[in-house]
Amino acid sequence: MEIFEKLFGRKTKKVNVNVETAPLSMEQLTIVTKEDPVVSPPQLLVGVGQSVGRQRDHNEDALFYFSSNFANSMKDVNFGIFVVADGMGGHEFGEVASSVASKIVGENVIKKLYFPLFSAGSSAAPSESIQEIIEQSIKLAQNAVMQKAPGGGTTITVGLIIGDQITIGHVGDTRLYFLYPDGRIETKTNDHSLVRRLVDLGQITETEAKTHPNKNVLYRALGQSEPFRPDLMSLTIPKPGHILICSDGLWGSVGDDELFRLATNSESPSIACSKMVESANKAGGPDNISVILIKIF
Amino acid sequence: MEAGIILFDRYQIQDVIGIGGMGSVYRARDLHFPKVIKLVAVKEMINNAPDPLVRKTIIQNFEREANILVTLNHVSIPQIFDFFSIDEKSYLVLEYIHGKDLEALLSDNDGPILEDNVIAWAIELCDVLEYLHSYKPEPIIFRDMKPSNVMINQQGRVILVDFGIAKNFKTGQKGTMIGTEGYSPPEQYRGEATPVADVYALGATLHHLLTNRDPRIEAPFSFSERKIRSINPKVSNELEIVINLSLQYNAEDRYQNITDFKNALLSVAKKTGALSRVTIIKKNDTQIIKPLWTFRCEDEIRGSVTYDNGKIYSGSYDNNLYVLDASDGSFVWKFPALGGIVGKPTIYDNNVFFGSEDKKIYSISTRTGKESWSFQADGPIRSSVKIAEGHIFFGSDDGYLYAVNLLSNRMTWRIDSGSAVRTTPFITKDNVFFGNEYGEFFCIDFTGQIKWRFKTKKAITSSPIVDNGLVFFASLDSTFYALDAKSGWVVWRFRMEKGSISSPCKSENSIVFGSADNHIYCLEAGNGREIWRYKTEHQVSGSPVIHNNSIYCGSADGMLYSLDLKNGHERWKFKTDDVISGSPTIVNEILYIGSSDHMIYALYA
Repeated sequence: MEIFEKLFGRKTKKVNVNVETAPLSMEQLTIVTKEDPVVSPPQLLVGVGQSVGRQRDHNEDALFYFSSNFANSMKDVNFGIFVVADGMGGHEFGEVASSVASKIVGENVIKKLYFPLFSAGSSAAPSESIQEIIEQSIKLAQNAVMQKAPGGGTTITVGLIIGDQITIGHVGDTRLYFLYPDGRIETKTNDHSLVRRLVDLGQITETEAKTHPNKNVLYRALGQSEPFRPDLMSLTIPKPGHILICSDGLWGSVGDDELFRLATNSESPSIACSKMVESANKAGGPDNISVILIKIF
Repeated sequence: MEAGIILFDRYQIQDVIGIGGMGSVYRARDLHFPKVIKLVAVKEMINNAPDPLVRKTIIQNFEREANILVTLNHVSIPQIFDFFSIDEKSYLVLEYIHGKDLEALLSDNDGPILEDNVIAWAIELCDVLEYLHSYKPEPIIFRDMKPSNVMINQQGRVILVDFGIAKNFKTGQKGTMIGTEGYSPPEQYRGEATPVADVYALGATLHHLLTNRDPRIEAPFSFSERKIRSINPKVSNELEIVINLSLQYNAEDRYQNITDFKNALLSVAKKTGALSRVTIIKKNDTQIIKPLWTFRCEDEIRGSVTYDNGKIYSGSYDNNLYVLDASDGSFVWKFPALGGIVGKPTIYDNNVFFGSEDKKIYSISTRTGKESWSFQADGPIRSSVKIAEGHIFFGSDDGYLYAVNLLSNRMTWRIDSGSAVRTTPFITKDNVFFGNEYGEFFCIDFTGQIKWRFKTKKAITSSPIVDNGLVFFASLDSTFYALDAKSGWVVWRFRMEKGSISSPCKSENSIVFGSADNHIYCLEAGNGREIWRYKTEHQVSGSPVIHNNSIYCGSADGMLYSLDLKNGHERWKFKTDDVISGSPTIVNEILYIGSSDHMIYALYA
């Protein structure tokens, strides 16, 4: 029955070749075998990195992640919430803003999405949609920032992975990238920075953007008094592949190709993150650096 | 500050009337006039710059500006009575305005404001800006024109409030600034503020009032992407042109002074006032579209037609499956079932498959027109069939979803969903998705195991589609759902005004479907944000089809609409004499559709 083969079987072909071979050395092996072994059930491996950088005297970034797996004979669910927030406004304001924002978002998502997943009523999916919950979490974070760090602000990029889907909520110029095994690295978020907007309008070039006097100006961030709406989207995760979330302290100092190389060529995402932070610091470390790297099997 | 507190020994705070980023605005009573109730507005500004030197500079700037403002004298500018600073807070005491600001009026109106009102206010605003710009020695640039800073008093007159004094308090620390007013012109970021900035900001304000789209929520400098008349077609062409000019990206391309802007508005007022109310010129009349051919059956066509190999296959309520020549609609053959055929036939391996209300699934040879085999379910079959993995999948009113083997013609399995299954199942690599009349939605695998289920509050008659890991379908509970295909969790949902039986279709990033609330909707597939909606005269019962950047959809008013995919503008419409409940099929630029008026039509797409 084709259906069962499709579900359970895996066709293997046997080929006879008459050639003398010698085993490869470890070094040769690691170069040649880029393929990861098949991993099941689907799971995520996470690394984080953070540094104050070389030019600032304190760190106003915050990051948070929580990743879990549930598997039994009937189903397997992997769940992960990943948040990076880049604060601004000086000591009392930036630090408080980014910390408060990332905590509130983490708390609300875990309460509204994670707990129902594991509560006694097994098919208790939440009554609100995933995007509504993310949007709500960002609104709560905005209120908290206005209250606890008035005059300060923060960016926030939230990635929520359930199974094969990631739902992203985003405000500011922190970035979320997809890294594919074929070498592509793609930004999935839009920078809410003035210079990005000017580049999109054709008013300045990418090179001009890098040295623009207003390159730090954001037109949307948590803590602003004017109304705004976070960007929301749901996408299928690159599987296998990586997802990278980082503040502008990283992407502003290290090019995309270098980020891809460091992310995919290290023994673990944790080591990759340390290497990326090091690379940003080597390039001058002009800003705080925060990074989350998720490896998807 | 709480009610009752007396500020500066003179102003008794009564109530908070506004909250800004820098502090609050209060209504207070001036106790220097104990025999009367003299009301004032007290604006509080909190100076929280951490550096004491910076704080001092801010206060000095504030005092300098207050000194200028106190000398202003214009009917649209509230009088300033007093100012003072206590510790980290500064206060401005102003004339209290009885009225509402334009932001509140817009929100009360729940929709764009009438053009006539907007023009009248715009002209008054130009007046007061003219006054400010001609101030000696230095022109005063308002810099903060936006709906919340414009009040309409009891006499219907425009009053400008909030004189940008708060600007001093908004500079961020260490380089990074947050927030933009959305109404500010590009050059304001470069620190350049000329009177032309006020021209832009006024244009932005008018744009907001006429479209009800807040520019602060959109990307900056994106007005040209939201043309006024594509959002609010009631606005006159002349006014749109005038406002567009004020919103040009480069300052030198706009009206060079506010007087020119005012004169342009005055001529628009004359034009639209002099002519009697002009409605937007209607698109081409409906009957310009002539069908290529038509064919009459004996009863309603409720389902969709299928094209294969030069022939059109369609079921009808008269129990027949009709096969016509696609090029001229001539009759080739027909097959009589014993009950109405409402699904869309499927062609596979030289056979045409369809279900009938006589409870059977038929497999008819396309060559001979004779029955190859049939399968009997326990209830009428109203869904269309789908073929995959060597099986034919379909739902029945008996509550089951069936998987029947094409070779053996025997049932491999069936799932009891508990209620009539009228949706067409959607098959992916691993799963089958369908909904039922009880409102339950199922995902099952090819062995017949239920992977997950999801309950909506009313029947699901709309057939789902799955794309990019998301399942899309509509329910009669007035909601359109996007669920994660793997887990069944709701990723996003969209509320309509009424339920829907229309099945969605997708193109790249857009998802299109109809609703009983008379609209055809186009949403962003990734997050359910509405891109556009099109209003028809009746419930949209048919399911849309996307072809070549155009949408084709039938409605209960008998109309077949063709809309532009990008913006929902009508391309053409074609009238039939009764409800269209199927979806069109388009092949080689010819569109085929059946209608409850008993006809099958072939039109040029």
